[in-house]
Amino acid sequence: MEFGVEEVFETAGMILFENFDIRAVTLGVNLKDLMARDPERLADGARERLTELGSRLVAEAAAVTESLGLPIVNKRMSITPAAWLIEPCPQEDAPIILAQALDAAASQAGVDFIGGWGALVQKGATAADSRLMESLPQVLGNTSRLCGFLNLASTKAGMNLDAIARLGHILKDMALAADKGIACAKFVAFANAPEDNPFMAGAFHGGGEPDAAINVGISGPGVVRAVVAQHPDCDLTMLSEIIRRTVFKITRAGELVGRELARRLGVAFGVVDISLAPTTAMGDSVGEILKGMGLERVGAPGTTAALALLIDAVKKGGAMASGHVGGLSGTFIPVSEDSAMIEAVQCGALSLEKLEAMTAVCSVGLDMFAVPGDTSPAALAALIADELAIGMANDKTTGVRVIPAPGMKAGDMLDFGGLLGRAPVMPLSPFSGEKFVARGGRLPAPLRSLTN
Amino acid sequence: MDKERVFVVVLGKDQKGIIARVATLCFDHGGNIEDVQQKVMDGTFVMTMLVDLSGEGCEPAVLRGALDELGAEMGLTVMVQNEAVIKAMHRV
Repeated sequence: MEFGVEEVFETAGMILFENFDIRAVTLGVNLKDLMARDPERLADGARERLTELGSRLVAEAAAVTESLGLPIVNKRMSITPAAWLIEPCPQEDAPIILAQALDAAASQAGVDFIGGWGALVQKGATAADSRLMESLPQVLGNTSRLCGFLNLASTKAGMNLDAIARLGHILKDMALAADKGIACAKFVAFANAPEDNPFMAGAFHGGGEPDAAINVGISGPGVVRAVVAQHPDCDLTMLSEIIRRTVFKITRAGELVGRELARRLGVAFGVVDISLAPTTAMGDSVGEILKGMGLERVGAPGTTAALALLIDAVKKGGAMASGHVGGLSGTFIPVSEDSAMIEAVQCGALSLEKLEAMTAVCSVGLDMFAVPGDTSPAALAALIADELAIGMANDKTTGVRVIPAPGMKAGDMLDFGGLLGRAPVMPLSPFSGEKFVARGGRLPAPLRSLTN
Repeated sequence: MDKERVFVVVLGKDQKGIIARVATLCFDHGGNIEDVQQKVMDGTFVMTMLVDLSGEGCEPAVLRGALDELGAEMGLTVMVQNEAVIKAMHRV
């Protein structure tokens, strides 16, 4: 089989100039068989298994990078939702004992993050679910690599507003549990959480998964941005075609890496998550793609339509390229991690309300944004309920990763540094939804017919 | 992956001896050169060399290191891309 110099150069150029990489390889690990009444025994078993598997993951990922010449940026693990694991443990400090073991295993193995400190409470919470929820501030405030999630709504079950109302208070404690509210950056509230998501903070190894599986998150905002910039005048039908072709190529690379890594580790290959995930690197930006499509700034009229076209093209190209597409598989628009999103908020082009509208066509929801530190628990809960309602009603995943920035007000800048970037603090509506949240109860599951 | 073949991709300013020096390095490290192409694209000199590394005594990691050194010396960007990646991305 012959390849033209243009084809080889195209791939090399994506890596060299357009930030193309395999963003995350995430090894999902089942820990259910380790459950025990003694939390020390559970923690020891989890630490041993995760350290061993994590070390192999890091070594084999390096070998695959070396062999294929494709950079793998993050090596991660996800586990069985921790609320299930502590079900049999009556001991009060069981969550802390387990959390410390998980964090230590990640650190010792050299994996970047470990996800799964969470619970599925869309319909109701068990005693263990509640204990896990209450542990979130202490656990995420005192560990460095552990990430948490809660699934609070689903299209089949409706929405658990009691749990969301409680989460409003927990988020306030989380914001104060570590410097700059960083514990909140390691937590996502979901509707319709996928069980095979390789991306943090919301990765976990779901109940329908095998003992271990490799899930791959590709990344290509820089590649798509470049190809959109090369076609400034074509119509949107052609632009969709061009994006599809490009995403097809980068997804194929992700699939190759996933299969090769799974083979080397002797575990199942799960899915390729075809999300476009931006980083703080110059040009590696979903917002820049939208600008390249013809918007003066992200948030300008036309933004939701442009995003709908982008995400549709990403899904079509990616689905053609991989036998197993899963996870979140959408376009990420985290405020703090995308230079064009930060710019849009700062210049007044992008409001929280417009961002919410964008998430109606974009899978991942309101991501990595800051609100004033004095935002009330009820306001946080109402904000989360709104976003999860979009997911619930439209049968899609949505999530919220919000940081109530301690001591900050609208217009200030919360600077995390590094990969998490910096978030301009966004104003919330001054009007209250407190009474609505205080009603509690469950939103019934939506009707899936009579769709007008 | 069946046969261990890689594309050595060289980008940069055209100069004397690029093909000769890259080819010599590949030969010295046990590689068998199966194809060479070059072109000037967008003002940049691009050369691709398809090298079979499945021969005895061939250490891909060592070759990669040596190519990096050569690239630094000549002011060129040198990448090694596995053929499997190019095949996956550009052929259905």
